[in-house]
Amino acid sequence: MFARVMISPRLITAVLPAVAALVSCQRGNQADTAIDEGILIIGNAAEPRGLDHHLVTGVPESRLITSLFEGLASDHPYLDDVSPPGAAKSWDVNEDKTDWTFHLRRDGRWSDGEPVTAHDFVFSYHRLLHPDLAAYYADMLYFLVNAEDYNRNRRSKILLSNDRVPGATWEDFDGLDGSPDESVDTDGLGSPPEWERAGDEEARARFVRARGLDHLPPEALDWLLESPDDRYSWPASAAPEQIRALLTALREHHGEDLFEIANVGVTAEDDHTLRIRLRESVPYLPSLSCHYTWFPVPRHVVLAHGEITDRFTPWSRYPNLVGNGPFKLKEWRFHDVIEVERNPHYWDAENVRLNGIRFHPIENPYTETRAFLAGQMHASYTLPPDLAETIREKHPENLRQEPWVGTTFIRFNTTREGLSDVRVRKALALALEREQFVEHIFEGHTTAVSMSPEMGEYSPEPVLEFDPERARELLAEAGYPNGEGFPRYSLLISRSSARPQAETAQAMWDKHLNISITIENRDWGSYIAAQQNLEFDMASAGWVGDYLDPTTFLNMWMEGGGNNNTGWHSPRFEELLREAATKSDAAGRFAVLRRAERELMNGMPVAPISHHSRNYLLHEAVGGWYPKLLDNRPWKHVSLER
Amino acid sequence: MTDKPEQKSSLWKDAVLRLRKNHAAMVSLVLLALIVSACLVLPAIPGLLHDPNALNLPNKNQPPSAAHWFGTDHLGRDILARVLGGGRISIAVGFITTLVAVTIGVMWGAVAGYTGGRTDAAMMRTVDVLYALPFLIIVILLGKTLEPITGGLTDFFVNLFAGADADTRARNDTRAWVEPITTLVPLFVAIGALSWLTVSRIVRAQVQSVASQEFVEAARSLGLGHLRILFRHILPNTVGPIIVYTTLTIPGIMLFEATLSFLGLGVKPPYSSWGILIDEGANRMLSNFWLLFFPTLFFSTTLFSLNFLGDGLRDALDPKSAKD
Amino acid sequence: MAILQRFLQGMLVLFVLFTITFFLIKALPGGPFQSGERAIPAHVRAKVEAYYGLDQPLHIQYTRQLGNLLRGDPGISMRLEGREVTEIIGQAFPVSLRLGVFAMGLAILTGIPLGVLAAWKKNSIIDYGAMAVAMIGICIPAFVVGPVLAEIFGRRIGMLPAMGWSPADPTSWLLPAVTLGLATAAYLSRLTRAGMLDVLNQDFVRTARAKGVSEMRLLVRHCLRGGVIPAVAYIGPAFAFIISGSVVVESIFAMPGIGMHFIKAIEVGDAPVILGIVMLYGILIITANFLTDLAGIWLNPRLRKS
Repeated sequence: MFARVMISPRLITAVLPAVAALVSCQRGNQADTAIDEGILIIGNAAEPRGLDHHLVTGVPESRLITSLFEGLASDHPYLDDVSPPGAAKSWDVNEDKTDWTFHLRRDGRWSDGEPVTAHDFVFSYHRLLHPDLAAYYADMLYFLVNAEDYNRNRRSKILLSNDRVPGATWEDFDGLDGSPDESVDTDGLGSPPEWERAGDEEARARFVRARGLDHLPPEALDWLLESPDDRYSWPASAAPEQIRALLTALREHHGEDLFEIANVGVTAEDDHTLRIRLRESVPYLPSLSCHYTWFPVPRHVVLAHGEITDRFTPWSRYPNLVGNGPFKLKEWRFHDVIEVERNPHYWDAENVRLNGIRFHPIENPYTETRAFLAGQMHASYTLPPDLAETIREKHPENLRQEPWVGTTFIRFNTTREGLSDVRVRKALALALEREQFVEHIFEGHTTAVSMSPEMGEYSPEPVLEFDPERARELLAEAGYPNGEGFPRYSLLISRSSARPQAETAQAMWDKHLNISITIENRDWGSYIAAQQNLEFDMASAGWVGDYLDPTTFLNMWMEGGGNNNTGWHSPRFEELLREAATKSDAAGRFAVLRRAERELMNGMPVAPISHHSRNYLLHEAVGGWYPKLLDNRPWKHVSLER
Repeated sequence: MTDKPEQKSSLWKDAVLRLRKNHAAMVSLVLLALIVSACLVLPAIPGLLHDPNALNLPNKNQPPSAAHWFGTDHLGRDILARVLGGGRISIAVGFITTLVAVTIGVMWGAVAGYTGGRTDAAMMRTVDVLYALPFLIIVILLGKTLEPITGGLTDFFVNLFAGADADTRARNDTRAWVEPITTLVPLFVAIGALSWLTVSRIVRAQVQSVASQEFVEAARSLGLGHLRILFRHILPNTVGPIIVYTTLTIPGIMLFEATLSFLGLGVKPPYSSWGILIDEGANRMLSNFWLLFFPTLFFSTTLFSLNFLGDGLRDALDPKSAKD
Repeated sequence: MAILQRFLQGMLVLFVLFTITFFLIKALPGGPFQSGERAIPAHVRAKVEAYYGLDQPLHIQYTRQLGNLLRGDPGISMRLEGREVTEIIGQAFPVSLRLGVFAMGLAILTGIPLGVLAAWKKNSIIDYGAMAVAMIGICIPAFVVGPVLAEIFGRRIGMLPAMGWSPADPTSWLLPAVTLGLATAAYLSRLTRAGMLDVLNQDFVRTARAKGVSEMRLLVRHCLRGGVIPAVAYIGPAFAFIISGSVVVESIFAMPGIGMHFIKAIEVGDAPVILGIVMLYGILIITANFLTDLAGIWLNPRLRKS
């Protein structure tokens, strides 16, 4: 009987379309369904390390956080140099651009309905800067007066500068450094040094230096007080009674949070007025405040789950997370999806166009592209360069290539023999055909003429060019005529996607300078560690700007900067940067910064190659999505329409 | 069960005879010989092929043509030259590593399976530990540890072949072909020394099964030594799965080389291997299928041949089929 | 008694495994607190390391971590800061488990019959055909098969999702499971064929055939037992491996399984996550190998006596 049913033609004609319909409608098109629901589905590159924006640093985190929180100003839908009001309705500023007053909107609400107040902002900046929270990105707030001293826990300086030490001021202790002295031998003291282990005088003295004056336990301070002069080397300018007074003050305030005393430049004048005082002139503060480090955290929620300094409270997880942005957290599954939905308490809720956003942390750009083309997504995070050609042919309407404030460069270790010679570095930089890189390797990039890309009014002096003649001359002058005797350096890369560019540089140097290099492909941890410890020759690297100002590309090259990693520094360069910080008029400031950048390029600790481009796929139904130099998406303006 | 020399040679003769009658195996043997010799010989003939590492960016992603039989890759390099050059590395790596792994695995599994009891338990629990260790971490650390050794090895061979006083260019040219080998071989010997686990489990299971059969009991009652029983009577009866697993291990190792090179432990750019070429091709297969097709063709043909040859060998060497 | 002994051995294996892994992780370069190019200031790094007890002497870190694991709590992740390792594994393991069981089922159901068939019709067109299919499964790596399947079924035909995971929708795990199971099926069929050939060559088969036992009965009742021994020895570790996640397949289909967590954790040296996953994998391997040993004894009646 079964066989008869099977071959019945009538049944086949009845079943086939049904099966076809089932198959096609089951898989329909997720993107289309989501358009009807008003839910945007996008690729977001990687699982965020977290959503507590005081504890993260990455780009995927940034995209999520800007949907959940809002700063004082907000991102304009399409203009890069305009920052419309956000949590603040308006602001006033003094002539120097160092003293700002933000007027918060009175209808500002957290997603649980509580009002957003100036105290929330003070609490947030306090928390980010709190030395015990150890936020990675605290230096983004060093613009605030005294913020750096507070964050670095320079207790003696804070006490001395704020009249907490009777009869002594910071000037009296000129040259005092209370931070740990890394050079002290901590043998027998443990790591970190422990007071209990320091038995004799000599060991205790070593302990004090190893810990640093600002980080001593009460016992150590007491011990110092017994005989201050013999047990510590004080600046000659400080009188014995002043030293005694400082130690007493340190003892008295031990364990105390010095935020109030430090007089950090953020205060709540009243519930809705926030005053921000800066240590230097920052005309671009509204734009800076769109960076998530400047966003508020909900004081009442953070404190409900723990102390101000607790890192791992569940306040920033689902369902506890409360924000002041256009959306609120709906679901969070690791490596799968983070979904946000419309926040009804948002002050501008009626102008939010989407009902929700699904962020998929897809690491593999090929997977993401396939999913987009299969109708599972509205926007991909990044398009692999080798697919660009096909997409341009077959789906030109979906391809987006937009300038992005970032630079690819080759970093030199200037402490290596050979590379320590600026002529060698210049020769290597001059032998790179940047046009070739841009045309064939970096899809959508533009050639770099200096370290920083053009940003608004600022354009750097064009320095870099392709000049093989000059390169060979410089190499000969440095003692390597025609590449003879040139050391075999290695070029460090960390991802297989960086292979083509490394192979191209390798071939160009071989062709124009007759030198050969090795390419070392390392895992990410080793790649980073090698650069930070200056255990490399050259490295292929990149840098993306945090805000629209050339300092985001220049400050990192100062001596001791955590991201310098070249061993290069120049007093003149740093002097120019300091000079620029005092200028409040944009034109004068940029002129000084141009000179600083020229100085950097004279030293050539890095050879910039190109400026970034954001390449991705975007569904035709997505509206309100414009190119942005910082790639910061103002989600509330994005819409979905058939 | 006597083993006079004449009888042994006739066994071998029989085996070769049987192998030659096996068409699949013979075709495989010829193909394998062709590919291996092409990879070894052709790149060494000056002027015959394009330089596998010569960039020609304006000529990138070209489909197969008279000038480039297999087309060009994303940097305009000749695929034919890269496939043949990469083959050298893949074949060397695949065979050396597998040889090391299978040798250790067979010994370990055979001894554990034959001995049984506490020794067996200790040996197999060691295998358990090694199974669960994070292989990737070991490999990363191994690469770092071996770095000075391979560096010294490279310098030694460069001095040997190019002469210590040769000019920079000549030394670099020598280094170009010495380095991929000197950096890879120590690493893959080490990896081979860690990849024998499954072989040992399979061999142990087989040995246990064979050891409990009557003819082994008989050999034992004849008073033959353990080693002799194990190696002359038991292992030959497990040769089938061993050969099969050996031929199955090679592709895995060849592809693993590609994974490692992305951690900086395999072959260094601009040199290539089949694994890397297939990986690069897989990413671009929609637009430029030839980038995937030709490396996969060589890779698969080699492995197909190896497998059918392995089957043929198995049949030919099988002591029981001798009775047929 | 034997089982208790095996259990104690297993505990010893886990302890050794923990110890070796712990020190391997400590030898890894780089640190867990850096996710991008941006460097972490030294004073911040010191604080964060203190949070995780990384400033303590090694032996204290070791005993503390061991104690945590004994309590069944590997601790807190350093990459996904503050999240419990149990939560991470709790989310990812069910995905890998489901995917792995599905893939393994597929592999066993296709691989073993194919191998039996090939051995039975040795050197025939069926044999060559079956083995050629198997070889394709071995020669074409998952990072090629996966994208091809996703392209065909996900995009061109549009029947199945090209990526993503939905527990309720089995169609979303079909492609990854096939990709994952293909190579295993191929291995199984090759190993089964080899094992079966060894058995088919033995004298009792000729005797049975002479007695007129039907071929089907002969294959299934008399030969399969001995013939699958090599395949079974392979299944144990393969199964443990497959359900503990495959980073290649997870990456191609954006599956939230354990493999990706493991690789990412290794990339940054996230010790609690690595240790948690390694211990889970260790338990799986020990169990799987124990079960295969039992199966081996059951398959080989002569061993049962000893």
